Parts: sequence; C-alpha cells; structure tokens
Amino acid sequence: MSAIPMAPPPVTTPLATAPRGRRRSGLDRAGLPTYLVALVFIAVCIGPVIYIVLGGFRTNAQITADPSGFPGPWEIGNYLEVLQSPIFWQQVGNSVVAATFTALGVVILGLMASYVLARYEFAGRGAMYSLFAAGLMFPITVAITPLYIMIRGLGLTDSLAGVILPQIAFGLPTTIIILVPFLRAIPKELEEAAAMDGASRLGFFFRMVVQLSLPGVVTTGILAFIASWNSYMLPLFILNNESSYTLPLGVQSFASQYSVDTARVLAFTSLSMVPAVIFFLIFQKRIVGGLTGAVKG
Amino acid sequence: MTTIVPRATPTTGTGARVAPAPAGRRPRRGTDWRKLFEIALLTGPAILIFFAFVILPVLLAAYYGFFKWKGFGPPTNFVGLDNYFIIFKDTAFHDALLHNGFIVVMSLILQGPVAVVVALLLNQKMHGRSVIRVLIFVPYVVSEVIVGTGWSLMLQTNGAVNGMLTKLGLPNVDWLSDPKVALWSLMIIISWKYIGFAVILFLAGLQSIPEELFEAAAIDGATYWQTQRRITLPLLGPTLRIWAFLSIIGALQLFDLVWIIWGQYVSSTAGTSTMATYMVSNGRMSGNYGFGNAVAVVLFLISLVIALVYQRFVLRRDTEGALTERKK
Repeated sequence: MSAIPMAPPPVTTPLATAPRGRRRSGLDRAGLPTYLVALVFIAVCIGPVIYIVLGGFRTNAQITADPSGFPGPWEIGNYLEVLQSPIFWQQVGNSVVAATFTALGVVILGLMASYVLARYEFAGRGAMYSLFAAGLMFPITVAITPLYIMIRGLGLTDSLAGVILPQIAFGLPTTIIILVPFLRAIPKELEEAAAMDGASRLGFFFRMVVQLSLPGVVTTGILAFIASWNSYMLPLFILNNESSYTLPLGVQSFASQYSVDTARVLAFTSLSMVPAVIFFLIFQKRIVGGLTGAVKG
Repeated sequence: MTTIVPRATPTTGTGARVAPAPAGRRPRRGTDWRKLFEIALLTGPAILIFFAFVILPVLLAAYYGFFKWKGFGPPTNFVGLDNYFIIFKDTAFHDALLHNGFIVVMSLILQGPVAVVVALLLNQKMHGRSVIRVLIFVPYVVSEVIVGTGWSLMLQTNGAVNGMLTKLGLPNVDWLSDPKVALWSLMIIISWKYIGFAVILFLAGLQSIPEELFEAAAIDGATYWQTQRRITLPLLGPTLRIWAFLSIIGALQLFDLVWIIWGQYVSSTAGTSTMATYMVSNGRMSGNYGFGNAVAVVLFLISLVIALVYQRFVLRRDTEGALTERKK
C-alpha cells in the first residue's frame, strides 16, 4: 500500500523550501478582531489546563463551595504532599526510564534504517519505506491484545522493558518519515569528498551523518520521549503492579484512590504533566516543524 | 595509498588493458555483497523489532481470532468464524461501531471549519505569533490521562463547568452519565484536544502557498473572501485531506479518553463505548483472548479498508499534480 507521506503534493513541496523571510512580506496586518478571536481561542485551549494547575492550589472546601473559582487563599499543601510522596517519585522514575530508553532506541534504530532508505540504491527500497510508513496508519490499538500475550510469553509483564520494546517499534514509522528527507538533503558532494578521503559508506555514516542530522534526531527523539511519557494503553496492559506504573497509570490510580480529594488529584495531575510540557516548550519549534513536515512529506 | 600508483600507470601488456577502470575515476568500492551487508546491518535491527512488535501481533491476532481461548497454554479450541459471528450479532458492538462513526464524522465537522478559520486569521502579521502557536498546541501535548482526569472533574455534576453555568444563571447538565449528552461531551473533549494540531498543520500549509498568487489576486481586484475561496482553500486542499485522513484513523481507534473518563462499565451505559473499548472489555477484561483478538481483526480491517478507499479516491488527487500539468 502506498503510504500517506510517500507522495508529497507536488505543489507544496518545492515551495516549502523557499526562503522563509520573503514569504510573509505581503501578509495582511492583523486587526483588532483577529486579536480578539485569537485570544478567545487561546483561552479555550489553555483554560482547562489552567483549571487543573490552579485547582491544585485550592482546598477541597474551596472547590466544593465554588467549583469554578480561583484559589483564595492559595494553598500549596497539596503540591507539597505529592512532592513528598515516594510513590510519585517512583512513578516519575519509571516514566523517565521508559521515555529515555524509548527515545534512544527509536533514534538509533530509526537513524540507521533511514540512512539506508535515504542514500542506498537497492531493489525493494520503496517497499521497505512503505512498510514502515504503513505503520503510521495502525496505532497500537489493533495490536495490543496479541502484543500483551507476546510480552507475557517473554516474561516482561510488570517490567519497563515490556513497554519500551513495543514503543520503539511503534515509534519507528514517524522517526523514519521525518529522518529520510533530512538525510537525503545531505549533499552528495560531502559523501564523495568523504569517500575521497578514504571513508567507507559506514564510516561516512558514523563520522558525518550522525552529526549532520542532529536537528532531525533531536526532533524525533523528543517526539518519542513525549509519546512515551504520555502513553497509556500499552502500560495499562503490561504494568499491573503499582511500583512499576508510569505516571499516566499513576495519575489514574491516584485519581480513583483519592476520588474525594479533588484538590490533591489536581495537584498530582499538574505535576505529572510538567516534564512533557517543559520539553515541548523548549523544543516547540522543532516539534511543530517536525510534525507538520512529517505529515506533509 | 601506494597501491593506486601501479594501477594508474598504463600497462603496455595487451590483456591488462581491459580490466582497469578509466583513469581518474575511482573504482566502485566493494562489491554488491558489501553493500548488502551494510544494508542488512543498518536496517536489520529496525526491521526485526518492527516485525516482532508491529507486524507479528497483527498476524497473531488473525490466528488467535479463530479460537475460543482463555489466554493460557496454546489455543486448542478452534471455533472457526464463531467469534466473528458473535461480534456481528452483538448489539453492544453495533453501538460501539455507531459511536465510532459518529466520532469520525463529528470530528471532521466540528474541527475542520473552525481550524481553517482560525488558521486563516492567524496567518497574518501579528504580535506574539509564535507564542500563540505554542499555546494552541498545548492541549495536543498534554497526555490523554491528564486531559481525561481534568475534564471528568470539570464535567462532574458539581464540577467547574456546571459551576460556571450556575453563575451565568443557566441550568446544569449531567455531562458524563446522561446517554443523550455523554457522546457530545466526548466530542467537546476530543475537539479541544486535537483542534490545535489541525490549526498548526493548516498554518504550515498556508505558509507554503506562494505569496505571488495573493499579490496577483490583489492586482486583479479580488476581495479577501474571493482570494480565500479561489486561491487559499484549493491550495490548502492537500493539507486538509491529509488532516482528515489522520483524524479519521484516530477516531476509529479511539480508546484512551473513553476508558479514562468512563471506564469499562459506564462507557456502555453512557453511550460512549468505541470498538477499542469493546475489544478491551470483552477481551482482556473478561479473559476471552480469542474473542478480543477477533475484535482486533475487525477493527484492523475496518481501518484498513477505510484507509485504502480514502487513499484511492481522495489522496490520489494530490499525487497527480494540481498546478503542474503532468498528465500522461
């Protein structure tokens, strides 16, 4: 099957590489209504997130009295309690380990495969690319039941490896689709020059490609990290023991355990999103660019 | 490298002239075997893990789906297509399928137009452009569990949303358990979470439209709306169609939000069950792994058919060249 990003729309592709500064020159200047609409839209987008964060600064009594009000007085006890609970840090640790190893695995395997797909001529290259790209269309949902049986057969339930390995596999399509154009853009002359200097293709890969593709590698690594940090369905199947939980499972079990303690649940919830949001804010340009690039081919 | 020297010097012997490559050109390094080895070395690990954890499970699902199987020991109780007959006769599955269909259609209707309008508005010179983009994208980055937990607290009967309605003097709504409302609540949450992605995607699409076209339209005296309708929207077409594709596939596989907010039992009484929650409830949670795998196969086939049909009839236009006439 020909996968989505295989065929970039011919209209957009050449233009997407046009110099950036020129493109915006003739755009209309935004008027007041535009700012108003933008403001409303942003308020809708981040309102619920702010509700969660602020809710953690309130007491349950405040929340009951006025569910949609502001903290008054501000209460930091909920956050402190969560920050002092060992189970929270255990789950943070699990999430960090799972996300880090997922990102590393995805990047290393993805970069190696993308290099071949981008720069080697061989029969079956198109088929190989389509195979990986087709993975984009089938998220983990359809594979989860047999996947769970496989992982159980390997004895990896309740271990982070059981989450990491499938996540690497399911992260490969996005990674390869982002990295292949990236690696293809490395000028042929560079490879020839390296060959003149006696570097083999593999030597060129390890000495030059890895460094030249660093921006793409960072993008895909961060995407894989965030995807793992947020992933829910796979850990839900694989991890049954509270001490092996990653944060999403932790949030859910905390929310059902302390269902009457709304403020504490909100504090736990907001703390659990901090790392992913910080990562996103730092790398937002790369992430947004990488995502849109991947979708557009 | 000293070895090059003798090769480059022209030999006077007759037979030797045939073999060497033309002087000045580097002979090809290594044989095809070496290249194959490199290809295998570099792609091997990725292919291995991809097959083991993506392809193999799908194949296994097809196999297990023919058995009545509790998940322990090898499956022995072959039941042929029985699992599939049960699925297609089960009204709970019909409900789930309907809900998925509703979510697919409503996602497109609710998010598409709003996202296009917002993207058109934001595609102007304005202050704080990059900040706006980041903030719009935040819901997409926040995990499903956080979105689910936060929204289910806000939508509780005594939650923040009803609190605001009370302040505005409006009647309260039972957002989560009233079957007439719950599916719409789910749509609100889904739209909230994923519309930012659509806007960002459309903005990127808009930026790739050449400025000259707008200048030409302006010279010809086109109004703002004419320009949007005749130039922007058609050229945004490819982006719109790919977004719609991703949205459809995502909606068909929807699991996390429903499971987190409604859970196994409430999702069916509140009318928000999906094929994926049906699969998990009736497969893993009830220990019927054969049946669960059969549902996975049905879900897979439905997604596959829709994906292929969509690619064949909708996305194909994009590969044929819209501006450039490269017909035959």
